[in-house]
Amino acid sequence: MSGFHTHALYRHEHSVLHDLPSQVKIVALVLFVGAVVATPRETFWAFGVDGALLIGAMLLARIPLGFVARRLVFEIPFVLFAVLMPFIGTGERTPVLGVLLSVAGLWGAWTILVKGTLGLGASVLMAATTEVPDILEGLERLRLPKLITAIAGFMVRYIDVITGELRRMRVAMTARGYDPSWIGQAGPIATSAGSLFVRSYERGERVHRAMLSRGYTGAMPVFERATTSKRQWIVGMGVPAFAWLSTIVAWVIR
Amino acid sequence: MHIPDGFINGSTSLGAAVAAAGGIGAGLRQAGKRLADRHIPLAGLAAAFIFAAQMINFPVAVGTSGHLIGGGLAAVLLGPWLASVVMAVVVGVQALIFADGGVSALGLNIINMAIIAPWSAWLIYKGLRAFLPRTRRAAAVAAGIAAGISVEIAALGFVAEYAIGGTGGAPVSTVLIAMGGVHALIGIGEGLITGVIVATVLAARPDIVVGASDLLDTSGAQPRRIGRFVLAGVGAALVVAAFLSPFANSNPDGLERVAEDKGFIDTAQTSPIDGQSPFAGYGFGGDGAIATAVAGVLGVAVTFGIAYGVIRLSKRVKTPR
Repeated sequence: MSGFHTHALYRHEHSVLHDLPSQVKIVALVLFVGAVVATPRETFWAFGVDGALLIGAMLLARIPLGFVARRLVFEIPFVLFAVLMPFIGTGERTPVLGVLLSVAGLWGAWTILVKGTLGLGASVLMAATTEVPDILEGLERLRLPKLITAIAGFMVRYIDVITGELRRMRVAMTARGYDPSWIGQAGPIATSAGSLFVRSYERGERVHRAMLSRGYTGAMPVFERATTSKRQWIVGMGVPAFAWLSTIVAWVIR
Repeated sequence: MHIPDGFINGSTSLGAAVAAAGGIGAGLRQAGKRLADRHIPLAGLAAAFIFAAQMINFPVAVGTSGHLIGGGLAAVLLGPWLASVVMAVVVGVQALIFADGGVSALGLNIINMAIIAPWSAWLIYKGLRAFLPRTRRAAAVAAGIAAGISVEIAALGFVAEYAIGGTGGAPVSTVLIAMGGVHALIGIGEGLITGVIVATVLAARPDIVVGASDLLDTSGAQPRRIGRFVLAGVGAALVVAAFLSPFANSNPDGLERVAEDKGFIDTAQTSPIDGQSPFAGYGFGGDGAIATAVAGVLGVAVTFGIAYGVIRLSKRVKTPR
């Protein structure tokens, strides 16, 4: 069951951020990212404020900055896109290090890089400080439909099982000389994926029968739930509040 | 395909989030009507499977690989309503738990991968099944073609979002050609793999494939000769693509028209990506009729290639349990 409680991004620590209820963190994440996206791109200092807030929160959560930096690899495909923009952009051009680059493209690249990085950093911070069941419970308390959280609960519970099965199939194929280097070999991959689906589905049927035999009536039982205090909401809203303040100031004095 | 924060502006992202919530809400109501509670674990395991399937990389061209998106696959296996709910759960979990895809772009990602992809695949699948023979193999081929095309349509969804609220400086026409070109290749891999997966599942458990529930009573029967049917169909498609499509409409479509009006269509022709795209020059001036005809023939060839590939690759998996 360890797959349900821990995951690749979670880091076990004791900090103010780890102790905050997950619904507070989810709302804070959405508000913070909203503030970042709404910031006008010309106000460099406002992104500096957002970045400082994020780094401050990471230090508070005792998450090493290097850990977050390593997770930024998710961004690579879009970084490549951003790097291309100054070259393929149109309109007025300006010399940068002897190369004529599009001004609009440079702005586009800057916007994508800074907003994407801040948003990703905030997402990683939340995933690093919140366990998966807590994220799902928080979503449920934020009135997300039960069906969605129930499906997501089963999904994260079995991700490790299914990917583990996929990995074992891969190992077995590799041991038999399989080398997926050209499209003609898509057949074996797809066939194994097909049997993986059948296995997943049949596992789902067994899980359901096992649940019925343990008294499942269609709704998951709810155990004691800690209430969220006003103080926790105030603490949690600190970072997004300052981010929105800088965004609003940026729009006014731009 | 996972859009990060900051790629599309705030108001467009917000609008997309509202639209996505509406779409998934409708999916929930419809899926809930058909679902007994037993389907919740099944839907959860299907979501875990799609998540795992997205880890399957396949070679696209020399040096590049793509990965399965799974929208078309989910639609054929689970039906379109539940497929959109399951895909939305996958995309949401990726954003919140694995930090893959921006939180502010969640609505956009759900629209592309959980609404456009499964629904376009489902409609194409149903359309193809209407005049293909009622056999398992035909169902697998239809699933493959539908999934392949749905990837291209989802990529066009991204281009449309970029046209509405993109923050980058690149012209829409360039993005269109780059996204369309890359996803045409990814779509071929997606189509082949989806077709073979559906064929495998149909061989083992035909009862669980929602999109092929009509085959249950007649399964295995009537192995009609379809060779002549296929030849006639491909021939007709080629004729239409080569000789009729150049005359279809010589006016530029909306996006190209904007490109011309704003004066950046020339840049689009000379941009670095344009030269590398297999569809470079498609629809843009030059030898318009010939280019369009060639593109049409290529499209038919690609579609037929997926069908042929699925049949070839699925030959070994036809033994029922």
